[in-house]
Amino acid sequence: MDWLRNNLVLLINIAYLVAAVCFIVGLKLLSSPATARRGNQIAAVGMAIAVAATLFMPGLRNIPLILVGLVIGSILSGFVARRVKMTAMPQMVAIFNGMGGATAALVSLVEFQHKPDIGRGEIISIVLGLIIGSISFTGSMIAFGKLQELISGRPVSYPSQQQVNAIIGVAVLALAALIVVLGQAGVSYLLIVALFIAALVLGALIVLPIGGADMPVVIAVLNSMTGVAAALTGFVLNNQALIIAGILVGASGAFLTLLMAKAMNRSVANVLFGAWGAAAAGPAAAATAEALPMRETDPDSAAIPLAYADKVIIVPGYGLAVAQAQHAVRELAESLQDRGVDVRYAIHPVAGRMPGHMNVLLAEANVPYDELFEMEQINDDFANADVAIVVGANDVTNPAARDDPSSPIYGMPILNVDQAKQIYVLKRGRGAGFAGIENMLFHDPKTAMLFGDAKDSLSKLNTAVREA
Amino acid sequence: MIALVLLQETLQTTLSENATVIMLTIYVLMLAIFLGFELIGRVPATLHTPLMSGTNAIHGIVVLGAMIIMGSLEGGSLIANVLIVLAFIAVVLGAANVVGGFVVTDRMLEMFKRKPTAGKGPGAGGR
Repeated sequence: MDWLRNNLVLLINIAYLVAAVCFIVGLKLLSSPATARRGNQIAAVGMAIAVAATLFMPGLRNIPLILVGLVIGSILSGFVARRVKMTAMPQMVAIFNGMGGATAALVSLVEFQHKPDIGRGEIISIVLGLIIGSISFTGSMIAFGKLQELISGRPVSYPSQQQVNAIIGVAVLALAALIVVLGQAGVSYLLIVALFIAALVLGALIVLPIGGADMPVVIAVLNSMTGVAAALTGFVLNNQALIIAGILVGASGAFLTLLMAKAMNRSVANVLFGAWGAAAAGPAAAATAEALPMRETDPDSAAIPLAYADKVIIVPGYGLAVAQAQHAVRELAESLQDRGVDVRYAIHPVAGRMPGHMNVLLAEANVPYDELFEMEQINDDFANADVAIVVGANDVTNPAARDDPSSPIYGMPILNVDQAKQIYVLKRGRGAGFAGIENMLFHDPKTAMLFGDAKDSLSKLNTAVREA
Repeated sequence: MIALVLLQETLQTTLSENATVIMLTIYVLMLAIFLGFELIGRVPATLHTPLMSGTNAIHGIVVLGAMIIMGSLEGGSLIANVLIVLAFIAVVLGAANVVGGFVVTDRMLEMFKRKPTAGKGPGAGGR
């Protein structure tokens, strides 16, 4: 017992080391669908070890209160996480991310007010942790609101938006610099509260003008930021577990962000601050849209070419998630497969509202993951496909990204749907997609449109295919 | 100019405090960044959502910071009590981040299944 007590700090640090190894092994196992679930469980075990070890830290006060807090947080979120629908996953990721950001911000705030004699290096860490954590918190909450459709998913703009954001941004930097210069002097205690509030406002204002289609980048950025904020609190508390885990998340989030931005052919800065050249594509594009013809069809006529095709490629987009049509699409695919049709899914990297959104959605409907193909794997096969079915996808199939240098999305890698021999597009209504960019694919002579709710259209198609 | 002077001052004070600890931390930092990129670079696009959600749970590690700071507080004055309340909220939110993140990720990964091979029932590939 004595030995235990004397070496408590050492043991706690060993537990942290074990936890860090668990996180690394867990992330490594996440790289294959077959081992991913175990990877996540190993990371969870690592977290449990780290939390348990922290409770034994010498001189830790308020242990009962800490336990109560842990239990309340765990039960509440465990309950919600278990009950929430799979289609609400992007929102869930956003809200849990926001909670992490808020935790980091609050820890930084309390550290500054309470920890005696902190050095300048630590103050810099605290101030940065506070700013990043706060932005991540309110940013995630706005992202949550947009995904849950509490707030409009369209870019929200107001007069002098850029200027207002810039002013608040400068205020945040100025307050931060002032606090670092003054150190823990009297007035700083008030300044840091002002900094906290300014950073919260800034986080909300940055995410508000970003459109729903850019959410994959936003969520990846916010996730990364919370990781960095966690690491910064680790510097102040001199806690290696926090530093390693936080930076791992920060780096992985940054990597995903770059990947997503690349898939849109835009810089991260352009996604976050550009508010999409929305005005440019407005009335002019809409006018040409009215003039161009669209061929409309009905499920019964569409079913025949489908039922007698050799190869069919399904292209899902956010519309599939909105209509909750993932089960209907799987049923259609199964009916086709029963007739010997080769059915595959083509997934664009930024389809949906978070990285890999379509994959989770289809997995929920029991679509085997070996039927899902990434853009590079399948793009050359569209030319061999007899039929391509586009379900609620728009910009990621727009040939203008390839052919029309004047298009706002020119240069963005797209799925070569237009190369298929025949194309059916399932779409809610006639309107242009996000930011009103006209999709020439819809006017292609090979394309026929099936307007209406995707779920409804898919089940009608399915019935018709079974009768064909 | 001021920034440079500050930087120099900061470096000097912190370095004289404990140069080895700082250097070690920087090493840890660098290695963790490379490791993060290396680990994630291998994850296929199929798993990007669970990956994000899993790392989301891992950054819940910040709950340790909340616990430690809460454990260093003593009630009494008004400000001290306010700080305790803030730290308590931090513990609750941090724990929620961790548990919610891992549970949601587990639910997602549970669904990822390979095509059922002949002779086996559905879900046989989901190990």
